[in-house]
Amino acid sequence: MNDFILEIQNLRVDLPQGADRAHAVVDFSLGLRRNEILCVVGESGSGKSIMAKAIMGLLPEPHVRASAGRILFDNEDLLQVSQGKLRQIRGNRISMIFQEPMTALNPVMTIGDQVEEVIFTHQDIPRVQRIQRMIDLLKDVRLPDPERILSSYPHQLSGGQRQRAMIAMALILEPAILIADEPTTALDVTTQAQILTLIRDLEKEHNTGVLFITHDFGVVAEIADRVAVMQHGHLVEFGEAKQVLNDPQHPYTRSLIAAVPSITPKRRKPIQDHPVVLTVQNLNKTFRSGAGLFGGSAHDVQAAKEVNFVIRRGETLGIVGESGSGKSTVARCLVRLIEADSGEVNLGDVELRSLSRRQLRPYRKRIQMVFQDPYGSLNPRRKVAELIAEGPMVHGMGRKDALDRANELLELVGLDAHSRERYPHEFSGGQRQRIGIARALALEPEILIADEPVSALDVSVQAQILHLLSDIRDRMHLSLLFITHDLRVAAQVCDNIAVMLNGEIVEHGSTKEIFLNPQNAYTQELLQAVPGKSWIAPQPQDLPSN
Amino acid sequence: MQGFWRRFRRNRAAVFGLFILVGVVGLALIAPFLYSQSPFRVVSKPFLPPFGEYIFGTDVLGRDVSAGIAHGARTSLLIGILATVMAVVVGTLVGGFAGYYGGLTDDILMRITEFFQTIPSFIFAIVLVAILKPSIESIIIAVGAVTWPPIARLVRGEFMTMRNREFVQAYLCMGMGDLRIIFRQILPNSISPIIVTGSLMVATAILIESALSFLGLGDPNIMSWGFMVGAGRTFLRSAWWLCAIPGIAILLTVLAINLVGEGLNDALNPRLRHL
Repeated sequence: MNDFILEIQNLRVDLPQGADRAHAVVDFSLGLRRNEILCVVGESGSGKSIMAKAIMGLLPEPHVRASAGRILFDNEDLLQVSQGKLRQIRGNRISMIFQEPMTALNPVMTIGDQVEEVIFTHQDIPRVQRIQRMIDLLKDVRLPDPERILSSYPHQLSGGQRQRAMIAMALILEPAILIADEPTTALDVTTQAQILTLIRDLEKEHNTGVLFITHDFGVVAEIADRVAVMQHGHLVEFGEAKQVLNDPQHPYTRSLIAAVPSITPKRRKPIQDHPVVLTVQNLNKTFRSGAGLFGGSAHDVQAAKEVNFVIRRGETLGIVGESGSGKSTVARCLVRLIEADSGEVNLGDVELRSLSRRQLRPYRKRIQMVFQDPYGSLNPRRKVAELIAEGPMVHGMGRKDALDRANELLELVGLDAHSRERYPHEFSGGQRQRIGIARALALEPEILIADEPVSALDVSVQAQILHLLSDIRDRMHLSLLFITHDLRVAAQVCDNIAVMLNGEIVEHGSTKEIFLNPQNAYTQELLQAVPGKSWIAPQPQDLPSN
Repeated sequence: MQGFWRRFRRNRAAVFGLFILVGVVGLALIAPFLYSQSPFRVVSKPFLPPFGEYIFGTDVLGRDVSAGIAHGARTSLLIGILATVMAVVVGTLVGGFAGYYGGLTDDILMRITEFFQTIPSFIFAIVLVAILKPSIESIIIAVGAVTWPPIARLVRGEFMTMRNREFVQAYLCMGMGDLRIIFRQILPNSISPIIVTGSLMVATAILIESALSFLGLGDPNIMSWGFMVGAGRTFLRSAWWLCAIPGIAILLTVLAINLVGEGLNDALNPRLRHL
């Protein structure tokens, strides 16, 4: 019966007074077996990371501490054992990998030294063997040229390589348990797919039990054997992956799964015959860095290379690509937050790039932008109504009219009238993003550029914002330039998609064509990498209601 | 505002500093009523020791030292505050434009700033006062001219990070003018460190002013603490109070301003800031 290698019983973790709730984790019980990947899923603030830290004894005590329950490992309660004993277990029997490998690795030590230190701390074996073991393991995590990697510093590796090195470090002592806290969230989708496969394979080869913490149901569908769903510190659903993913019981799980955007493109009205509102021709931008006053070797990055596209009225064009593909640069060139090197940006019959900054000003309001970070994109010292009214006031509207308009817009984006006298920090991420959208709409733009507008949001909030954006687009006949790295999101909102790689549009076509019949090798690779692509989330109407 | 006072009060030393500072400001305000005659007027025999007929005694010519202290407080505070205001205005403009526009503007403005920074500040102040004539205006200009570069560097750094914040980019997209973005949007967001640095700079300005007056480069018609220390220094062994009393006045004022500055820093820049 009891084949668990790790068993959490009725764990409760207290939060300090004044936090938004009393306990981070309440009455949480879970058993982890050998040879399985157990995914803990939840939105931000669900207590999933705190739970993992409690296992490792890494809670920021005394403010946050486990106040009840047991965590059994090797017949010992990890909440009771001495610090010394815990140190022996950590890294040796239970190890952990983190979200951001750049900050989890020591930047001034080589990868080799850091991995070796782990062995050194726990075992006494000769150096030759240590090196051999490291090289074997680096081969295991599929890092090319292990000798070179061992003598590299973290900044010399790519994000994916760093995460592989972290995994190697975690597995070097063959731990019984690997805890992975959002290990692929900071990575690009193709790298994420490789790391997920790697974790899956290593779990099999090394008989490890993996506790995998994530917010992404796609990732869950990709690797989980069993799934635990957390909400506000409670375990609301726990079961086999197939069962939870395809037949969720708890209403919260259902709402979460329903909010996962489907990879199947949504059918939309054709827009081919609509008038063109924006034409971009041969846009180029190269970033130059490194060359100082006295020369030195310049380092060029071409962020946009002969970029061409048109946007029609009412169209949503998605620009899809991984980090560094130049998609944000292109968006910023259109509104001239970044000056392009060459090319044309035609808004109707006006060429924007040839205008001086002063001449450009009246045209500014016709293209507005919604930003990624709902925390950084609102001036913290302005009340919400003023934030929205500032735009129209810049373009000559009277203060009173502008504030009236702000109130209408707040209503339009689904915020109540009380919000207008409050400051941005009093709102949640999703609400702030609504404010950002209202601010952009205040100028009655023809084109809305949305730069990763939902990437910083939880999946349920994400669905609401996406819905709001498409609703507004249809109601106000807006054109939308939607920049995203998430193909699921793109499938739901875009009519056409341009796929970017290293500053170039490698494929451009209707969403349906791109998803069903991708021509370019890179597009195919991207689609292959979407986590959980073979899993089709049950829609609310498919589920028995209760 | 209440939150501000609560955080300020948490720093005991700052409250102590504020207490002294209020005393000095009070003394400066009532000086013309307390000692309505000129502080240069001879009132009694020279070298009367303190705590006798005159609370701080008399100096080499028989002038009342306490009247000098009271009027000197006016001079020190006036010069400290005006010179700092000048330094903050110049520093904020230079640093703000450099940080906001970047590129060539930044290069030019920062080279000018570095030019001012590379000259030893006190010697530069002496040269300036010597070229202009020794008067209260020229001292203010000299002190302001040597203290603005650190403010410019600070403001530049603040503006450079703010410039790339998305809310500033949103204002640019709106078509808001640069000056309005700089003064109405970015400046209020970076005002806290400017206030803190500015408050500490008042102390520096007072010290520079005292040192200039000590060397006899002060305005000859205005009583100042530095001048008093300078005038009394040859009699240090026979009449210690001539140097000690204005010296202590400088010490306490500068200490108080520094403590208040620290307190402002704690109150304005807490890690988690709630508006």
